[in-house]
Parts: sequence; C-alpha cells; structure tokens
Amino acid sequence: MNETLYNYTLHLADNALILAQRNSEWCGHGPVLEQDIAITNISLDLIGQARSLYQYAAELSNNIFSSTTGARTATEDTLAYLREGRAYKNCLLVEQPNGDWAQTILRQFFFSTCQFFLYQRLQRSADSTLAAIAEKSLKEVTYHVRWSSEWVIRLGDGTEESRNRLLNALDDLWPFTGEMFTPAGYETDAVNLGFGVDVKAIKPLWEQRVNEIFAEATLSSPITGSEGVWMQSGGKEGVHTEQLGFILAEMQSMQRTFPGCEW
Amino acid sequence: MHSTDNISTQNIWSILETVCDPEVPVLSVIDLGIIRDVKITRANDEDQIEVVITPTYSGCPAMDVIRMSIRMVLLEHGYKNIKISTILSPAWTTDWMTQAGKEKLKAYGIAPPNPKQQVCNTQLFAEDEAVQCPHCNSYNTRRISEFGSTACKSLFQCNDCLEPFDYFKCY
Repeated sequence: MNETLYNYTLHLADNALILAQRNSEWCGHGPVLEQDIAITNISLDLIGQARSLYQYAAELSNNIFSSTTGARTATEDTLAYLREGRAYKNCLLVEQPNGDWAQTILRQFFFSTCQFFLYQRLQRSADSTLAAIAEKSLKEVTYHVRWSSEWVIRLGDGTEESRNRLLNALDDLWPFTGEMFTPAGYETDAVNLGFGVDVKAIKPLWEQRVNEIFAEATLSSPITGSEGVWMQSGGKEGVHTEQLGFILAEMQSMQRTFPGCEW
Repeated sequence: MHSTDNISTQNIWSILETVCDPEVPVLSVIDLGIIRDVKITRANDEDQIEVVITPTYSGCPAMDVIRMSIRMVLLEHGYKNIKISTILSPAWTTDWMTQAGKEKLKAYGIAPPNPKQQVCNTQLFAEDEAVQCPHCNSYNTRRISEFGSTACKSLFQCNDCLEPFDYFKCY
C-alpha cells in the first residue's frame, strides 16, 4: 500500500510541478502585464501544491526505503531536483511547450478542468493527508478553471487569428488529453485501496465542461470531432516526450552543478 | 525571562499579535486567521510550545518567513522548546480574517475581502459585487485583473477617483 501511495502522490506532484515550470517560462513575457501576472500566479499556486505533495511523498519514501536500504533521506527538494526523467510520472500534456498564448491557455484549460474534478473527489480520499491537500488546492484550481475557460472563449470567438491559433493549439494538444483519463497501474491500485480517484469516472464530467466552453467559444465540440485520433500515453509510467529532458535540464541545473545549494 | 512554570497559552497568543505578514505588514498573523491552535505540553520537566498554522495559499512564499518570525519572537521571549506545525484542513478562508484586520487592510489602501464569499466557484466572468474603493469609498469600481501582486489579491480600479487598488480576494 505504501509504495502505491508514494507513486500516486508523486504523480500528482509531478503534474503540478512540471506545469508550474512551463508556465513560469512566461514570466516577463506575457502578452499584457495583467496576464503575465496571472499565469505566474497560477505557477505559484501549482508550485505550492507540488511542495505539499512532495513533502508527503518524501515522508512516505523515507518510511519505505531508508530503513531497509539506508538510502539518502528524501526531501521535497531531492524529489524535484535530483530525479531522472524516467522517474517523473507527470502526464505528457503538462510537459508540452508553451507555444503561443492559445497553446498555453488551452493546455491550462484541459489540465485545470481535469484537476478540478479530480481534487473534488480526492477530498474524500481515505488518506487524510491527500484529502487535506486536495481540499486546500481546490480553491486555487477553481480560479485556474475560470480564468482559463474565459480565455478559451475570448480566443475562440475573438478575431480570425485568435480563433485559428486556438484551433491549431487544439490539433497539437488533443492527442495528449486521453492519457489523463487512462489510469496507470498505481492509479487503479489507489482506487482499489480507497485513497485514489477513478479517472475514468471523471472523464464524462471533463468532456461536458469542455463541450460547454467550446460551444460558448463558438467552436464545434472537440470530442465528437475527434473519434479515431490516436491518443499518446506513457508519461504517467515515466516514458516521456523529448520535451521533459529540456525542462529538467533547466530546472535541475543549479542543484546538479552546485549540489545542496540554497537560496 | 519567563519562568516556564507559569506560562499560559494566553501569553503565547498575545506574543503572536506582534508577528506580521511580511507582504502586508499591517496585518498580524492573528488578524489573518492563520494561527489555528496554541498548545503547551509538558514533558521531561520542560514545556513544549506548539503553534499550529495554516497557509493562506498553497504557494504563499510568506509562509516560510512567518514560520521563522514566530520562532524568533518566541525565542526572544525566552521560550526554547518550540514546534511549529502546519495543517491544511480545514482550508483557510478569508472569512477567518478578523474585523480589526479588515479595517487595518482598508486603512493601508487594500480593499478587504467581502464578508460573504461570492465568486469562489467556476462560474464564468463572475465578478465580486460592490468592492469598495479603499481611497474614496465609492462602490463604482471595476476589476482590472483577477490576479494581482500576490496570490491573495486581484487588481481593481475606482471609476470615480480613478485610483487603482488591490482587493484581497475571497478565498
């Protein structure tokens, strides 16, 4: 049970951290000041959630491994800065490049909407720490869902250019959405053990919200229009796109160059 | 120096009144409502003081500074055995901010959170009603940005006196 809980917690943490790292690339480059502030605020929320989850994962890891192997004590920092790409369990969606504003917005909308329904259910997790983190994070994710939904609508029914950019983003990102609702082994185990959320059960809720927002944006449903699109997978099990290596190279370079350095 | 024999939680609470939020220095940690409990336990002839805090936002960078400030001020008052623990549930809400805290915020130029939470949901294009300008008291204001200079604030502007201001958003 502990190892499943550890893997499940890491998966949730990695999703939050990698998307936070991606969004933070916008810092100082946002299209207007207010949205630069918004996207970096969202980054900060996600880093905060990732910290809570990594702290818990470190505690679990130390209980499972150190007593038997004498391995180095895990901390939130060693988990974020010293794991290799294959050890990361984030969905492929969150590691996709920022592209233009439409791509960043649509990635956030797809992810936050899924995270919203997931955290809603995780609040009732049999694991009280995960339940507390979910309860805390849900308030922040609610803002992310609203903000990104509003932007999907603005771009979709905006100008011809904004609409085209959003449609291009949809083509790029859609094949990465299926993975969110296809459980990895540790997710299925986590559901059976009573502390995980069944991602297959939240898929219809996610699809309904996506349809509503796309309709509002005067776009046709991406769900009915995409039967037969091949869905990419592997991230949750550590098999990533080439993007993750670049993210880790940047994010981990300080710790790897100056081990143990602190701000 | 305190004699550790007669300390009471009340002393600790009054010392905590002097610990301020580093980003909104007019607010104490008590005003913010982030101190959830103060416990004194006695073991091996020594009192251990436990201060239980809860973060405002998950990623609020002020929390580390606040944790350190609490430890410092208690050390200054002669307490040595200090434990600061964090709980996440129940999640902090702006409803826990004290009335005194809200008045201090307004005097500092930040509109305090509205007492009744209005927009903590996913409803699109929802805006807080009647956010009062902390400068001229007008309710004729508009939101410029849902996110502001820190995670807990959004940006507003007054349509009457034209001053921009921060609003401590509902959470």
